[in-house]
Amino acid sequence: MGKLSVNLCGIELDNPVIPASGTFGFGYEFAELYDINMLGTFSFKGTTKEARFGNPTPRIAETPNGMINAVGLQNPGVEKVVSEELPKLAKCFDKKVMANVSGFSVEEYVYTCEKIDKCDQVGWIEVNISCPNVHGGGMAFGTTPEGAAEVTRAVKAVTTKPIIIKLSPNVTDIVAIAKACEAAGADGISLINTLLGMRIDLRTRKPVIANKMGGFSGSAIFPVAVRMVYQVSHAVNIPVVGMGGVSSAEDVIEMLMAGAVAVEVGAANLVDPYACKNIIEDLPRVMEKYRIDSLRDLKIQ
Amino acid sequence: MKQTIFTIKENFALTSNVYKMLLEGDTSAVTNCGQFVNIKLDGLFLRRPISVCDCEDGVLTLIYKVVGKGTEQMSAMGAGEKLDVLTGLGNGYDTSLSGDKPLLLGGGVGVPPMYMLCKKLIGEGKHVSVILGFNTKDEIFYEDEFRALGAQVTVTTVDGSYGVKGFVTDVMKESDYSYFYTCGPEPMLKAVYRTSVTEGQFSFEERMGCGFGACMGCSCKTITGYKRICKEGPVMKKEEILWES
Repeated sequence: MGKLSVNLCGIELDNPVIPASGTFGFGYEFAELYDINMLGTFSFKGTTKEARFGNPTPRIAETPNGMINAVGLQNPGVEKVVSEELPKLAKCFDKKVMANVSGFSVEEYVYTCEKIDKCDQVGWIEVNISCPNVHGGGMAFGTTPEGAAEVTRAVKAVTTKPIIIKLSPNVTDIVAIAKACEAAGADGISLINTLLGMRIDLRTRKPVIANKMGGFSGSAIFPVAVRMVYQVSHAVNIPVVGMGGVSSAEDVIEMLMAGAVAVEVGAANLVDPYACKNIIEDLPRVMEKYRIDSLRDLKIQ
Repeated sequence: MKQTIFTIKENFALTSNVYKMLLEGDTSAVTNCGQFVNIKLDGLFLRRPISVCDCEDGVLTLIYKVVGKGTEQMSAMGAGEKLDVLTGLGNGYDTSLSGDKPLLLGGGVGVPPMYMLCKKLIGEGKHVSVILGFNTKDEIFYEDEFRALGAQVTVTTVDGSYGVKGFVTDVMKESDYSYFYTCGPEPMLKAVYRTSVTEGQFSFEERMGCGFGACMGCSCKTITGYKRICKEGPVMKKEEILWES
């Protein structure tokens, strides 16, 4: 057991660093650059029942210290993920991967989770009830305790792997939603998904993004993420995966101190494809600097 | 793809808002003409994708137009300064389909990627014709450089202040060619698509998140399925293009 190791819902991770869904594809682009087995794990591209193209372009806008995306869950659909993407991934990743699932109805979440639950390569299923970029679903389930609990209960009934519910920050009371997920049987919570944002092009007088609004991420949102991870992790008794603007080993430690047991890294991967590798390699130095012997139970008082 | 720190060798204006930057460093990941690089700039979150104009002996040539904060910042940089660059991005042009008499059409800042392509085609013994389109005389760059490669060059200007008055497609209509390659603003690409009488290849641009296939920010629909401009593109073959709207 290395000194960077942590435990997420009963599965040991060599380190707490997990590339976040939607910023790491199915891993191959990064496997060309370095051995991705050095990661704790990674959360693969959000998968839905049917294949999706996603939203029209432009889908990307820049912000101070961050970005807005409105990709809209582009993915090949669960059948292809299971029959094509996972076998390809097996060639470059030996560890358990975190599946990421989205849906537009409770039935779709159930369908996709049930299929994914049968895959040996998958360690955890992260259920995204917080995508701000799709209409009539996604975030709709994540904005009320009842909706979140309904999806959680339905998915838990058809799965055996740990279910981690990914929450939206675009709500009034995230703690109430996290508690509802816990009561409905969730094995863990991950947060935060992106904040709903918008940019306008002064020259064209139009929104930069074709879909007008999108999910705001990057280091600019880090303090919001730390606050929400702190609030949620101190209100529930299930593990919390912290994310939102993490871009350094210091940020990882701060997230763990806020109460997370593992940390996802998102937008940073898009700017620097080696971001997670660099963070993992830098963790021992930062731990030594702050006299931290273990990354387990770093919770502040 | 490779992440490399490059040193600026030269950076100067070609026209009032188009600049040429020479970068020294490890260019080994640049494997084809028509590829692009993605540049990290201080204080800006996303990298800036710029097409490769030329790449030889560890020197990368980029030609870029100042259109926003990123390119403005680049234009103010000087020799000796360092840049963090992802190189070898995108597929690039396939020259094996060119036939004996390929026609190259570049419009505005779509001209630079045509240069390395032209050089490669001429190196392969092809008889290359190039049409360079600009709005007006003051915007013209690289005419002499293409001629020096041995290509037959025609320049068009929309206002007729230099060369042939009109668009690149006006000259294309009168040209005899075996295949074509083009890069430029989307209205021009659409016009080339309609005017062309042979197969050909188009280079596209789109706002990108990562530039290396991870974020799906620059996806487009094609006849053969969804493609990422940054990864399966930026070059697409005529027969696979699906114009939206």
